[in-house]
Amino acid sequence: MSQVQAELKYSKEHEWVEVLDNERVRVGITQFAQEQLGDIVFIELPEQGATVKVNESMGTVESVKAVSDIYSPVSGEIVEVNGELEEAPEAINGDAYGAGWMVVIKLADAAELDELMTAEQYEAFSKEEE
Amino acid sequence: MTVKYRYLPTTKTDRKDMLADLGISDISELFSDIPEKVRFKGELQIPEAIPEADLTRHMGRMAGENVNALDYACFLGAGTYDHYIPSVVNHVISRSEFYTAYTPYQPEISQGELQAIFEFQTMICELTGMDVANSSMYDGATALAEAAAMTAAKTKRKKIVVSRAVHPEARSILLTYAKGHGLEVIEVGCQNGLTDLAALAAAVDEQTASVLVQYPNFFGSVEDLSAVEQIAHKHKGLFVVSANPLALGLLKEPGAYGADVVVGDAQPFGIPMAFGGPHCGYFAVKKELMRQIPGRIVGQTQDESGRRGFVLTLQAREQHIRREKASSNICSNQALNALAAAVSMTALGKQGVQEMALLNVQKTQYAKQQLAQLDGYEIVYDSPVFNEFVIKTPRPVGDINKALLQDHIIGGLDLSRDYAELNQHMLIAVTELRTKEEIDRLVKGLEGARHA
Amino acid sequence: MLNTIPKAEQQQKDKALIFEMSKPGRVSYSLPVCDVPEVEVTSIIPSDFLREAPAELPEVSELQLMRHYTELSKRNHGVDSGFYPLGSCTMKYNPKINEDVARYPGFARIHPYQPEETVQGALQLMYELQEDLAAITGMDAVTLQSAAGAQGEWTGLMMIRAYHESRGEKRTKVIVPDSAHGTNPASASVAGLETITVASDANGFVDVEALRQVVGPDTAALMLTNPNTLGLFEKGIVEIAEIVHEAGGLLYYDGANANAILGKARPGDMGFDVVHLNLHKTFTTPHGGGGPGSGPVGVKKELLPFLPKPMVIKEDDMYRLDFDRPQSIGRVKAYYGNFGINVRAYTYIRTMGPEGLRLVSENAVLNANYMMRKLAKHYDLPFDYVCKHEFVLSGKRQKKQGVRTLDIAKRLLDFGYHPPTIYFPLIVEECLMIEPTETESKETLDEFIEAMIQIAQEAEVTPEIVQEAPHHTVVSRLDEVLAARKPVLRYTKSE
Repeated sequence: MSQVQAELKYSKEHEWVEVLDNERVRVGITQFAQEQLGDIVFIELPEQGATVKVNESMGTVESVKAVSDIYSPVSGEIVEVNGELEEAPEAINGDAYGAGWMVVIKLADAAELDELMTAEQYEAFSKEEE
Repeated sequence: MTVKYRYLPTTKTDRKDMLADLGISDISELFSDIPEKVRFKGELQIPEAIPEADLTRHMGRMAGENVNALDYACFLGAGTYDHYIPSVVNHVISRSEFYTAYTPYQPEISQGELQAIFEFQTMICELTGMDVANSSMYDGATALAEAAAMTAAKTKRKKIVVSRAVHPEARSILLTYAKGHGLEVIEVGCQNGLTDLAALAAAVDEQTASVLVQYPNFFGSVEDLSAVEQIAHKHKGLFVVSANPLALGLLKEPGAYGADVVVGDAQPFGIPMAFGGPHCGYFAVKKELMRQIPGRIVGQTQDESGRRGFVLTLQAREQHIRREKASSNICSNQALNALAAAVSMTALGKQGVQEMALLNVQKTQYAKQQLAQLDGYEIVYDSPVFNEFVIKTPRPVGDINKALLQDHIIGGLDLSRDYAELNQHMLIAVTELRTKEEIDRLVKGLEGARHA
Repeated sequence: MLNTIPKAEQQQKDKALIFEMSKPGRVSYSLPVCDVPEVEVTSIIPSDFLREAPAELPEVSELQLMRHYTELSKRNHGVDSGFYPLGSCTMKYNPKINEDVARYPGFARIHPYQPEETVQGALQLMYELQEDLAAITGMDAVTLQSAAGAQGEWTGLMMIRAYHESRGEKRTKVIVPDSAHGTNPASASVAGLETITVASDANGFVDVEALRQVVGPDTAALMLTNPNTLGLFEKGIVEIAEIVHEAGGLLYYDGANANAILGKARPGDMGFDVVHLNLHKTFTTPHGGGGPGSGPVGVKKELLPFLPKPMVIKEDDMYRLDFDRPQSIGRVKAYYGNFGINVRAYTYIRTMGPEGLRLVSENAVLNANYMMRKLAKHYDLPFDYVCKHEFVLSGKRQKKQGVRTLDIAKRLLDFGYHPPTIYFPLIVEECLMIEPTETESKETLDEFIEAMIQIAQEAEVTPEIVQEAPHHTVVSRLDEVLAARKPVLRYTKSE
C-alpha cells in the first residue's frame, strides 16, 4: 500500500483526515504509523457523542510492543465510531486508509483543517521521523 | 583453617588465569573506575562468616525464640491464618526449576511456570466468579490499593469510598497509595459489625470512582453484597470486593453480586503465615476491565506448528514499556506463592475447598457458642460470620493474652489498636486446624483470665 | 507394552491442563475431621449468601498432582537447570540452607500479630538485617517493608516527596537517565511526580552538562543505577551528586546492580540519600519465577522521620515495632514486609561475612570482564571500557546478515542456556545485556562463550539455523499477536 493518499490531510501525530463535507471529517492513523506500531492488537476509541479537542488524546492504539495515544487532529464531536475495530483491529494493519478508519468527527472549527499537512508535506515529515 | 566460600567457584588459579587473559595483574584494576574519593577501603561492618553447620544452629536458636503455631494453638486471624497446608505444596515449590527461575520472559523454556499461572488464574476466576484474573500481586492489601487506583483511572474520578470494616492495614496502605495518585479516600463506619449501609449510600456520589468492601469483613461478618452493589453502582462507580478466597468455597461469589473487581490474598491456600509475608495478592476483574488490570497476565496461544503454549500477554500497558504513562509500577508478581496456592487449590479441589470452608464455619460456630455462655465475655455482633468473630472481654485484651500464653494458646487480636471505640474487644479466628480440645482450652483459659 | 506412538506425533500432543485431568470423586487432600457438633450451615449463614454452584476446581489424586507439576517443572528453566546470564537480574545461585531455614516453624508458622515478647527472634533478625544492609550501603537506616524493587522505588520517592513537603518546598520533577530501568519513570508517576529524561553522553554515562540544564528549584530527585544498565560505573558520580544537591534535590540509588559494589563502594559514600536493594538479586533470595522478592529501602538521617511504619527498634535488650512515627509516609505493605524472604537474605549475609561479600563483587566483575573481552571479537562492543558485573553487546553485525538479537537469544535456548536480557537498555541497538554472576565457574563461562561464537559463525554461514531457532524446546516460537488480539486468559470447559 502506498504510504500516503493524495486527497487526504495529515497531522504531525500521524493521523489522516478525510474531509467528507463542510462539517464532517473521517479520521484514522497513517500507513507509516501502523508500520511503526507493528501488529495492532487492541484499540480504544471515544464514544459516539463525545467531544474531542485538537491535539488531545482521544483513545489508544495497542500493539504487542507499545501503547500509543491517538491524538485528535481536529476539535469537534464524535458522530460515528468504527465498531468493527473492536473485534478486528488488524484492519488498521491491513487497510489503514480504508477499513481501518476510526471515527467521524463533526468539526467545531473548520479553520483547524488549514493547520494540517498535505500528502506531500507529510511524506517528507514521516521520512524525517524514520 | 580459613573460611571457605562454597558459592564461589573461582579458584586462585582461575583468577590468575582470567586476569592474565585480561592483561592485568590485580583485581583492583577492575575497580579503578570507581573514583578514589568514594572507593570503600575498610571492611563492611557486618558479622564474620559462619559455617553452615553453625549457622543452622544459630538460625534454629533464633527461630526457637518465637512462639509458633505448631506448638501453640493459634486463634489469631485478621487477614493471616493458620491453615492446613497439604504436604505436596512444599514438594512442588521446592522443585528448583520453579523457584530458581526468573519471570517467564522466554516462553519456550518457561512453559511450566506459564501453564501453572494460567491454571492459577483460572482457579481464582472460578472462586471469585470473575472473567479474568492476573498472575498475582504483592499481597491482598496492596492489591486493594491498586484496585482503587485502577478504578480511578478507568472512571476518571478521584474519590474512593471504603468501609471501616475493611482491614485497617489495607486502609492505611490505601491512604499511602492515594497520596501518590492524588485520590481522596472517604471512610464509612459500621453497625453491628457490618458496613453502615445508610452512611455508605450518603457517601457515594457522581465523583465516586469505586466502593471498597471486604467479604467476610475484618470482624469476620459476611457483608450483604447485593445491598452494597446497588449503592456502589448507583452513580456509575465501580464495585470492588476484597474477599478471603477460602470463604468463597462456601459464600456466594462476588461476581454473582455484580462486583467489577475482586481482590484478596491467597494466603489461606498453602502459604505459611511467615510473620505476615510473603503472601499472595490476587486481582480479578470483569471482562470489560481486562485491559486495565495491573501486573502480569498469562494467556494461551499457539506455536508455529499449532501446539498449545502460554505467554505473558497484554504487556504493552506494563511499566517497562509504558514507563511514565503507566498507571501502576508493579513489575513482578508473587509467582512462587501463586504456585503454592494453585497446588493447594488443586489438592483441595472442588470438594475439599467446600469442606474446608465448612469446617471453618462449624468450628467457629462451636467456639462462638461456648463463649456465649461464658460469664464476663460477650459476643458483640449477631451478624453471620465465617471463621472470625468479636468478643468483649472483662479485662484489657493484652493482659488476657498473656494469661492464655501460659496455657500454650495464642489469643485473638486486640481491636483497640485500630478501633478506639473497641477497647477490650478481641477478634478470634478459628480455622479447621483448631481442635475441639483446643477450643475448649481457649474457653477455659478465658474463664481463668476473667479476673486479674 | 512398548510405546508405539512415533516420537514426532507424541511431541504434537499438548501438555494437559490440570482441569483436563479432572475426574469427579478423585481427591488429593486429607482435612481434619469435624470434632465439634455439626449444625446446619444455613442456620449460621443465610442461604442467600451461599454459592449456588461449587467452584470448578480440579479433582485429581495426589500422584496425579505430583506428576502434573513435576512435568511442568521439566518445562521450566531455572538457575539450577543451567546458566542464566540475564542482565540486570543477577541470576545467581540460590543457597539451599536459606530455603531450609525459612521453613523452620519458628519463622514460617508465626503470626504477625503475636505479642512482641513472643517473636523476639523474628524481630532480632529484622533488626540485624536492617543494620547489616545499612552498613553495606552506607546509609543511616533501612526499612524492610517494601515487597519488591519497584515498591522500594515508590516508597523511596514517597519519602523524598514528604521530605520536600516538610520543608515547604514544591518539588515535583524526578530526573531519570535514558538508560534507566523502565520501572523508574513508572514509580515516579505513581508517586505523583513527573519524570524528566536526561540523555546519556556518547560514552554511555550521564551527560553532566545536560544534567546541569535540567536541574532546578523543581527538582525532587535524580534516580540513578550505579553501575548503570550498561554495566559502567558512573565516574562522574561525585560531581553529579553535587549538582543535584546544590539544586536542592536528592539522589536516589536504584540498587538493582548492587552486585558489583559490595565492599567496594557504598551508595551512601557516593552521595545518595535514598537506596533500594533487591534482595532477590544481590542477596540470593530466589526469584521464584517472578516473585516474591523483597526491596528494602535505606535512607540518610534527614529522611529518617519519613520511613514507613513500622520500624524495628531495640530498647533495653528488647526488640520492638515502632509505630509512633508522626511524619512517616504511612504503611506501604501489610505487616512487616516479606519476612520469609528477609530470613533468606539474612542467612546469606551470615554465610558470607564481610570478606565473602567483597569476593562476590570481585568475582562477579571478573567474570563479566572476562566474557566481555572474549566476546568482543565476535560481536560489537558499543562501550569499550572496564565493565562492572555486566556488559552490553550489540548484534548490529549479525543484523546485517538478517539475524536479529531475538534470533540469537532463541538460538541460545538450543544450547540449554537462558539468553541474556535483550533490547535493553533502549539506547543500544540490537542490545544483548550479559550478567554472568560470581557463582558461575570459568568452565561454564568458557562453554557459553563457545556457544556465542558458534552462533556468530552461524549468522554468517547458515543464518536460517539462527532465524528459525529454537529447534529443541517443547514449543517453538509462540504467537504473541494472537495471544493479545484474542486473549484466552483462563481455561473454560468445552461442552
